Parts: sequence; C-alpha cells; structure tokens
Amino acid sequence: MKAAVLVFPGSNREGDVAQAIELVTGRRPAMVWHGDGDFEKADLIVVPGGFSYGDYLRCGAMAAQSPVMAEVKRRAAQGVPVLGICNGFQIVAEAGLLPGVLMRNAHLKFVCADVHLKVETSQSLFTNRYQVGQVIKVPVAHAEGNYFADAETLRRLEDRGQIAFRYCAPDGTVDGTGNPNGSINNIAGIFNETKTVMGLMPHPENATEPMFGGTDGKALFEGLVEALS
Amino acid sequence: MKARVHVTLKNGVLDPQGKAIGHSLNRLGFPEVGDVRQGKFIELEIAETDKAKAKARLDEMCRKLLANTVIENYSIELVG
Repeated sequence: MKAAVLVFPGSNREGDVAQAIELVTGRRPAMVWHGDGDFEKADLIVVPGGFSYGDYLRCGAMAAQSPVMAEVKRRAAQGVPVLGICNGFQIVAEAGLLPGVLMRNAHLKFVCADVHLKVETSQSLFTNRYQVGQVIKVPVAHAEGNYFADAETLRRLEDRGQIAFRYCAPDGTVDGTGNPNGSINNIAGIFNETKTVMGLMPHPENATEPMFGGTDGKALFEGLVEALS
Repeated sequence: MKARVHVTLKNGVLDPQGKAIGHSLNRLGFPEVGDVRQGKFIELEIAETDKAKAKARLDEMCRKLLANTVIENYSIELVG
C-alpha cells in the first residue's frame, strides 16, 4: 500500500500518522505539501491532524481550498480512499467530501483524553479488522470536534450505514457520558456514500504501540493495508 | 468599494460561545441579557464599482469560503 500524507502549514500529526503507516507497511508514506496540486499516485491519501492555517476563519476552511485538496477531490471522485483524522476530518468536511461540520465542543474546552469508540460497521476499507459493536480505546485532542449535520443529512447517514464510530462508555453504552464534545448522535467518525472517504476526530495513529498506552488504533491501518495491497 | 459581511449561526444551531458570553454578562451585573449569539464580521475592499456585480461576487465568496452554509447564514452590505 502506497500512502500519501498531506502537510499543511500548521499540521502537527503528520509524523504520527506516517509512523503508524510505516509500522504496518514497512515503508514511509510520501509527504505532500499543501501547494502541490499534482503529487505521485497513491493508494491512500491521509489528511492529518493539527491546526492547518492556524484554524483561521473556521477549522479546515482554508486548507479545504488549497491546491492539494483540489487534487484530492478529483482523486476521491475516482474512488481513491481518503482518511481524514481530526483537523483532517474538518478539512475533508469543509471540502465537501463528507457531509456536516465540526463545531466548537459543547463545553467549550479543548479535550485531550482517551475515549471509547463503538465500531458501527466492519464493512469498509477502514474498519474491516474490527467487529461490529467492538469497543476500542483511542485518544482525542481537539476543541472543535462537535459533529453537526441537519436532520435530513443525519437521517441519510444513519439509514445508509455511514456512521463509522460512535463515542461510548467503556462498556459500549452510547449515551452522553461517553461523549467528549457534544457530537450529535455521539458521532466520532463517518463515511461518504461509497465508504471510500472516512473522517474521524479521534487519533487511531496515536494508539498503535503499547508504549502509547494502547494499540486499538493499529487494526485500522492493518485493515487498510489488507484492503489496498 | 467597501463591503461588510456578517456571518451568523443559523437558528437552531447551538452556540456555546454565545451562551458563555451571556452567562458572563449576567454574572457581571447585566441580568437583562438573555440569549446571545456570536458571529463574525468581515470587511473587504472590492475593486468593483457596479453594486450588482460586487454583490454577486461577494455572494460567491460567502458560499465558497467565508461562510459554511451547513450551520451559518451570511448577509452582505455594500458601503460607499
């Protein structure tokens, strides 16, 4: 699997995700600068976390209009898988590759903690190594992770199985107690209609080795390797 | 000419920042303050003299970048 990791001014988790990809593939992904509208072919495009363009105007709004994202949109339309993590989720949503928007956390605080996620489907490139209903533990670190979509969009997402992960309690109960940011329906990650684009606020790349405090995120990358190699 | 763009959250979209501002004002001795909604104010210099054309271009700018119409409304005001 050949991966490309985008880098914007203000990205800061590109190294983490590159390391996670190298861990499961044995090769470094290509790092692609935001001004590069024509980068080498890749089997997977990762939009990493951070504070692209200083989060000016709205999180992800400026990055979504960058030359590299115009190319990502073209490739996504052709079916090239795109994974947006944290700020990457915000960017991908602002670019229109995923519906909805990530708003300021309901309690207004930056949240940096391990959270529990319930896997909603194993039928995707990104989640094929998980079981439906499985509870995994991965960290979040964000101030704008409060997912919102209008009622009609939300119904469509739910009906078509486009929810990837929901915040939950350690025992898998999906309610307010496990929700770190006020996300509607406890949504932590979603797919596009074809499930070739996934965005999520938590950081699976930071739960890939025991020394990080957990390894539950590793299966996401292993699943991608299995599906895309 | 100069243009002023106001970007506000749509009705029904939770505005925790507005709420926090309201609470602070209440605490500071302004109990008359009820609902507070926070928005953005953007001032732009536009190299265009035709008001209709300027307005159409600004509308496009709002839809493409300045506002996220999933959660935000915008209004455009042309000055001078």
